[in-house]
Amino acid sequence: MIGLLIVGILVLITIIAIQIGKVTDLTSEIRGEEVVAQRITENQSRWLLVFCAVFLIYCVASAIYYKNSMLGYGPHEAASAHGVRIDGLFNTTLLFTGIVFIATHIALFWFAFKYRRKEGVKSKFFAHNTTLEYVWTGVPAVVMVLLVVNGLVVWNDVMPDIDPSEEVIEFEATGYQFAWDIRYPGPDGKLGTKNFRLIDGANNPLGQDWSDIKNVDDFHATEIYLPVNKKVRVQITAKDVLHNFYLPHFRLKMDAVPGIPTYFVFTPTKTTEEYREELSKYPEWQVPYDESDPNGPQRWELFDYELACAELCGKGHYSMKRIVKIVSEEEYNDWLAQQTSYYVQNVRNTDNDPFKGQLLDYEVAARSAELESEFESAIIMDDPSEASIRLTNVFFNTGSAELKADSKYELDKVAEILKDYSDVSIEISGHTDNTGNTDSNLILSDERAKTVTNYLINKGIVASRLKSVGFGEARPADTNDTAEGRQNNRRIEMRIISQNI
Amino acid sequence: MSLVKTFDEEVLIEEQGFDDHFHEHHHEDKYKSSFIFKYIFSLDHKIIARQFLFTGIFWALIGAAMSVIFRLQLGFPDESVAWLKPFLGRWIMINEETGMGTLDPQFYYALVTMHGTIIVFFVLTAGLSGTFSNLLIPLQIGARDMASPLLNMLSYWFFFLAGVVMFFSLFLSTGPFSGGWVAYPPLSALPQASSGSGAGMTLWLVSLTFFVVSVLLGGINYITTVLNLRTKGMSLWKMPLTIWSFFITAIIGLLSFPVLVSGFFLLMSDRSLGTSFYLSDIFINGQALDYVGGSPILYQHLFWFLGHPEVYIIILPAMGIVSEVLSVHARKPIFGYKAMVYSIASIAFLSFIVWAHHMFMSGVNPFISNFFVVFTLIIAVPSAVKVFNWITTLWGGSIRLNSPMLFAIGFVSLFISGGLTGIFLGNSALDIQLHDTYFVVAHFHIVMGVAAFFGMFAGIYHWFPKMFGRFMNETLGRIHFWITLIGAYMIFWPMHYLGMAGVPRRYYRFDSFDAFGQFTTMNEFITIAAIIVFFAQVLFVVNFIWSINHGKEQTTKNPWLATTLEWTTPIKAGHGNWEGNIPTVHRWAYDYGKDGEDYIPQYIPLTEKEKAEIDNH
Repeated sequence: MIGLLIVGILVLITIIAIQIGKVTDLTSEIRGEEVVAQRITENQSRWLLVFCAVFLIYCVASAIYYKNSMLGYGPHEAASAHGVRIDGLFNTTLLFTGIVFIATHIALFWFAFKYRRKEGVKSKFFAHNTTLEYVWTGVPAVVMVLLVVNGLVVWNDVMPDIDPSEEVIEFEATGYQFAWDIRYPGPDGKLGTKNFRLIDGANNPLGQDWSDIKNVDDFHATEIYLPVNKKVRVQITAKDVLHNFYLPHFRLKMDAVPGIPTYFVFTPTKTTEEYREELSKYPEWQVPYDESDPNGPQRWELFDYELACAELCGKGHYSMKRIVKIVSEEEYNDWLAQQTSYYVQNVRNTDNDPFKGQLLDYEVAARSAELESEFESAIIMDDPSEASIRLTNVFFNTGSAELKADSKYELDKVAEILKDYSDVSIEISGHTDNTGNTDSNLILSDERAKTVTNYLINKGIVASRLKSVGFGEARPADTNDTAEGRQNNRRIEMRIISQNI
Repeated sequence: MSLVKTFDEEVLIEEQGFDDHFHEHHHEDKYKSSFIFKYIFSLDHKIIARQFLFTGIFWALIGAAMSVIFRLQLGFPDESVAWLKPFLGRWIMINEETGMGTLDPQFYYALVTMHGTIIVFFVLTAGLSGTFSNLLIPLQIGARDMASPLLNMLSYWFFFLAGVVMFFSLFLSTGPFSGGWVAYPPLSALPQASSGSGAGMTLWLVSLTFFVVSVLLGGINYITTVLNLRTKGMSLWKMPLTIWSFFITAIIGLLSFPVLVSGFFLLMSDRSLGTSFYLSDIFINGQALDYVGGSPILYQHLFWFLGHPEVYIIILPAMGIVSEVLSVHARKPIFGYKAMVYSIASIAFLSFIVWAHHMFMSGVNPFISNFFVVFTLIIAVPSAVKVFNWITTLWGGSIRLNSPMLFAIGFVSLFISGGLTGIFLGNSALDIQLHDTYFVVAHFHIVMGVAAFFGMFAGIYHWFPKMFGRFMNETLGRIHFWITLIGAYMIFWPMHYLGMAGVPRRYYRFDSFDAFGQFTTMNEFITIAAIIVFFAQVLFVVNFIWSINHGKEQTTKNPWLATTLEWTTPIKAGHGNWEGNIPTVHRWAYDYGKDGEDYIPQYIPLTEKEKAEIDNH
């Protein structure tokens, strides 16, 4: 239907055009070409003048009308430290170009009107004027120098990378068709290395090299959280094609290039909350976010900073969105505390884990903290001797009483605790599962307990505070029918036996 | 008694003119053998110019229609476009329950890409420069034809071939290329990344390679012709500004297009031979690719080494045309002729050392951007000089406000509006925010899109009699002018605001982001304006085609009372342009209003007084 309509319109235009053509050619023949041409010039010169006036008013009026929705104006003051300077430069440029725009347009259209052809008036033979030409070469040159210098000062302040000694919050954004992956370095503050050949959609979306210990604590996030007023360096990469990391409210934009990591350093200066508050002062933001739900939240309440893609990357280019939250430092730390490393969640002790079977620093630290809290909760019990604390990370070679190297972290922690609680004596007990000979199990468990006490003595704990005992398979903690249960039964336990207050 | 009337033009040309023994060799037009060789495989530059123009108009309509379709998507994303199904087939997705038809995003991007490619290369390079360089260079310098009519013919036919290949690509089942007219790899290199990067991209590359061959054949011909075939007396400083601009445009094209092709060749080999010039570290569609060590940024350097000069290849001919039209219809010499030439030349020179201003945000070292900012913003100076000179040309004139003149004045307005926003974008610090937003779209559409079209329209209305011996209809011309000027500003002016609000270009819809989705009314407004402007161009095409056979007939050789040589040929000039001798030139092209004369054509000898003046200098 609309197709037919368009064909109809086209046919109509053709017919009308041809008719107008015929009629006007005829009139100019009748009235005389010169007369008609003169009348047209008169009319057109007036229309040009009208156009000039209306056009300039339209430009200024529309700019005022849209002012508050443009970044840099009204509620949209830049949310980053460097953004304010970019906005300032924009306004300086706007001032100069605005003057030139208005002045040249007035001159252009006014001259076209004033010097329209008139009967008997001849044109001036004015072909050049050296002074005039020097002036209008010189003045733009000076203005340009001013703008260039201004611009380059800002540019060279904004763009450099950080000094390696500088303290900065770093995170990484990786663009792909059609989303962003966000990665934070975790507590060590360092992003682990990546290799595109290691990318595996399900288990390693970024191609992190798990043999790089820096990767162990890196976590992935669905939203970008950043603390206000802290310098941030975003490392920008891409997996497949070009993307562009674009944060309009922060005046930030940088291509994501496969194979060539890029960066941008910036300091957010306004929290999401502060930006919302600023918006709430403007009536156009005090309307329901969802028109169909007049009692729902207002537009300003749901404002969020957005990350977009600004480099054509395929058919989903327009949909690469992530929310950015700028928060106070405390909120940021709370958020950090809730994040779990991708490695720990998805890779640790799987076949992909190069550290499988080894203890990693973070695990040692976590276990130490756990052991300490178990000990502390035992010691405040009415009868601390009722609590058995299992030393989960003490391992022996199979069938032997020789400690595995991994076990030492935990035993060192036990020694540390015993030094802190110098009035406590403990019993170290060894246990086995029910495989093999009962007697030899008993001997093995006894020897293992002794190895542990000897280790502690070597660490400077007085032997009198330590008692070692082997129970063999007599006190299973779990069933002996499954491998898992048997594993649980092979253990070293620690028990507080006396405490002199 | 006016000077012009004291001389009988034909007698003067016969007496003073240069006898190249044309008749002894050619006896009429020796090529006038058959229809095919006269009108299709023609060697006559005037016919070839018309071929470029017709082909350009054909492509302009296609390119403009594409923009209307994607503007519908942007203005009215939730309206059904099921009615386009008969034209676009499976690119319109119909929801079976509601009957709602939506444009496939893949095809949206194909439309945007093709719109850019077609308008930039086929319309504003071939259609504009190809048409007017061919038409005017021999006629205005007093040559019988181009230095090599054969290369000239080949230039058109390579362009035609490029068009055929590109047109064919529109109908591929995987769609035409859809990665943007700049065709950045890896998107353009990997069929896995976008269905348009398969066969569509192959044809795109083949087509543009043919196109570059066309530009080079044309360009080398224009340069040779201007340097070697000027008539007696036509020194370089007596050439009209049109010729200067075509000449310098051809030089820019000759130096920059080969770099584009080398960039394309590397891309082709990455695509089909497994090399890694542009590709590295890519994981796509669940697979890590073997490419390592390439740099996507290298392509951008090669592309923009042409890409930036290309915008001057587009705008310089328009500037030349406008200078000529303003001067003729204001009945005044162009102000600061030499300054105009020097500014064309310096713009051309600078155009080669600013390419990386398209790449401030692409990951190049920020330090290097300093140089490109400086060179880029220097361009504002010669551009400003040109604008002031055009405005001063109007000052004190006796202006005829007919269609060509209106378009020329419109050009100056657009060039100012679009040029000034270049000062924002060329400053790298501002480009951080404005890069790839609608501000850029507004800027280049006004300054090199619409402005170049205005130059082209001014040229078409002005030289239509030279091409067809008839005039285009004035009233329709003025309607065309006003709708186009007002409409163009209604389309592109608000886009500055979109850009300043941060809305990125090349988005299929804006409502995926809260920050970008708040301009629904503005986008509807822009789309409606675009549709109206499109129909105004249809009006132009109707006027153009109708006027070829039915327009008001040209009765005098020199209807605009212009000084240049093209108006001394017979109204329907044959191959060879002048029947007798070639006119010799005694003066520059801008003796309008001198010594009380309305105009003094270039072939009129200097008066005693003028000779005395020259001797005194």
